[in-house]
Amino acid sequence: MDFEYSDEQKLLSETLRKFLNTGYGFDARAKIIAGPSGSSEDVWAVLAEMGILGVPFDAEHGGFGGTTVDMMVVMEALGEFLVVEPYLATILGGRFVARGGTRAQQARLLPALVQGKLKMAFAQTERGARYDLSRVATRAAKAGDGWALDGEKSVVLHGGAADLLVVSARTAGGERDAGGLGLFLVERRTPGVTVREYRTLDNLRVADVTLAGVRVGADALLGREGQGLALAEEVVDYATALLCAEAVGAIKYAHDATLEYLKTRRQFGVPIGSFQALQHRMVDILISYEQARSIACLACVKVDSTDADERRRAVSAAKIKIADACRHVSQEAVQLHGGMGMTEELKISHTFRRLTSIAQAFGDADHHLERYARLG
Amino acid sequence: MDLNYSAEEIAFRDEVRGWLRANLPVELRDKVLNYQELTKDDLLRWHKILARKGWVAPFWPTEWGGTGWTVVQRYIFEEECGAAGTPPIVAFGVRMCAPVLLRFGTEAQKKRFLPRIYNGEDFWVQGYSEPGSGSDLASLKTRAVRDGDAYVVTGQKIWTTLGQYGDWIFCLVRTDPKAEKKQEGISFLLVDMKTPGITVRPIILMDQGHEVNEVFFDEVRVPAENLVHEEGRGWTVAKYLLGYERMGTGNIAVSKRELARVKTMAGPLLDDPRFRDRLTRVEVELMALEITNMRFLDQLRGGRAPGAEVSLLKIKGTEIQQTITELMVQTAGPFAQPFRPVNGGAEGDRGFDRLTASLLPRYCNVRKATIYAGSNEIQRNIIAKATLGL
Repeated sequence: MDFEYSDEQKLLSETLRKFLNTGYGFDARAKIIAGPSGSSEDVWAVLAEMGILGVPFDAEHGGFGGTTVDMMVVMEALGEFLVVEPYLATILGGRFVARGGTRAQQARLLPALVQGKLKMAFAQTERGARYDLSRVATRAAKAGDGWALDGEKSVVLHGGAADLLVVSARTAGGERDAGGLGLFLVERRTPGVTVREYRTLDNLRVADVTLAGVRVGADALLGREGQGLALAEEVVDYATALLCAEAVGAIKYAHDATLEYLKTRRQFGVPIGSFQALQHRMVDILISYEQARSIACLACVKVDSTDADERRRAVSAAKIKIADACRHVSQEAVQLHGGMGMTEELKISHTFRRLTSIAQAFGDADHHLERYARLG
Repeated sequence: MDLNYSAEEIAFRDEVRGWLRANLPVELRDKVLNYQELTKDDLLRWHKILARKGWVAPFWPTEWGGTGWTVVQRYIFEEECGAAGTPPIVAFGVRMCAPVLLRFGTEAQKKRFLPRIYNGEDFWVQGYSEPGSGSDLASLKTRAVRDGDAYVVTGQKIWTTLGQYGDWIFCLVRTDPKAEKKQEGISFLLVDMKTPGITVRPIILMDQGHEVNEVFFDEVRVPAENLVHEEGRGWTVAKYLLGYERMGTGNIAVSKRELARVKTMAGPLLDDPRFRDRLTRVEVELMALEITNMRFLDQLRGGRAPGAEVSLLKIKGTEIQQTITELMVQTAGPFAQPFRPVNGGAEGDRGFDRLTASLLPRYCNVRKATIYAGSNEIQRNIIAKATLGL
């Protein structure tokens, strides 16, 4: 056992933070958000150049072959700076290819992704499905050598920025069957794909994706026909663990900013941090932060387990705790900032929104409580 | 970062597990698992078994009997003891008095007391709190007046856990009532409880148990050689000890066992989503605390005395403990009510079994956890000051 980041991981963290400090400060971020795409090609190029896009992918594809703990380091930094780039969406897409793709698919896609030339997204959610990965009505029918896809996907994270979508669609079975799910690589520019983009309140982008008679080749299928659910579950667990690490970074920012505010904001002639009622609430923020960090470590270490139940248990446990901590810390941070915490002007309100959104993404606490209970 | 045990660590775990299986007396284990009161003999019996094996004080320096284990090995040991249901090692000697002697004691004091602590020959208790000095410990009033080669101690201590078993008591006493700051003028004394002038009086708690006491000192003569550190520097010693006192209060290994117990007790309640969610949330909190605990212990590898981080472990650990006792009571439903048989009621009757009857008293008893060793509010004050700089 060992609880420290390695020297390499510390270096990775320092390098990334150094860039974010200069290139992704609050004002720079505001400009990016206000732009037409809501993200920055320049930043993407830097992330590629620094190797951040390649951290989890094998060296043969140009990556670092890093562990999920290496990714934890990256996600924490991105969380702290509230980075809005389609990083997690792209890594999630790449993970599908790395875990379920053929060698040919990997060789075609992963080097491009690592070099910053390919953005990806996972088109999964449908109206009414909530967080249930098996609840898919979108259909994939055999058409010639390939497939024809029809259906509607909602709130696809960074679906508008993606060059390539991973689309879940039924090759067989009814809407809630575990079997009969396929995962398909669909280029966004394929005829029949319509994308409507939305800005989220935490300044990310999501999209509705409509698939109308979208024709793809046989090589678009990821993994085995009808067996997509296990792969989807594994990859979404991976993304959930990464999201937990992102939350730790954002929680850390909320903690640091609130503590600083308590020390500098003066009322009644003294810093408000001298009031015990606020001190104790600040301590509880610290405790939530430490507990969130611990459980995120657990998720990032266990998510690579070959024992699927161990993986599921760790990820759901983590998401329960992270969701609770997101809510607790974000609400307290705004409360302790007083009126200023409510304003668009302060980063704390942006952190509040991001943490609120993370608490629900890839399953809220109730969803994971239910899943954890079913694991026995 | 790697949260998995190495092959050596697994081998160590198996060694500890096997040894405990062979050496933990079954009557002691049954008492622990059924929440029955442990007598002095029970506690010392287990202490001596561990002492003979050389495992009673793992974190002491090896020249005094420490095992030289890594942080992870120590954790594994505690975890295995928790899972097996061993009696606790009473903290006052091994975990509290001894670290103080190791840090502040003279060679003569170390040689005199440490081996006896190690072998369980002296049962130590703690004389800190006083009726008017709880959270505000430094306001203590028990006086010690120097008279020739002795201090004459007069005053009262309270909440003295297991004071009824005590052979020795370490006390904070006021040697200089005129000192400018109340923290000054306090000294740390080791007192033989057989000395004339000491009276121990029980305090019965709401679980009906006798665990804590009042200890009265009426002109008790304590040899001056029993002063630890310098006269008037007792507060430094006191604070050092408090860090160690809180170190054991996370109770993680025991909580893990208890949580597993809740699951077996719960039966069909496990299918009730309302109950199940409460159980899962505390389970997850405990999983996180386990890692937080190890992360913090890891930082203490250099031999640094525990600081404000143990306050965090104390707060969370005790909150978890209390929640678990609540859940246990809930599992019993209406059968949580019978406490003791009267008028011909007997064990084995339909409405009564000892284990179920112990759940509500235990719930009552564990309310102490967020109060003792510095209330959780005091722990928050400590973190606010020491960690957050508020």
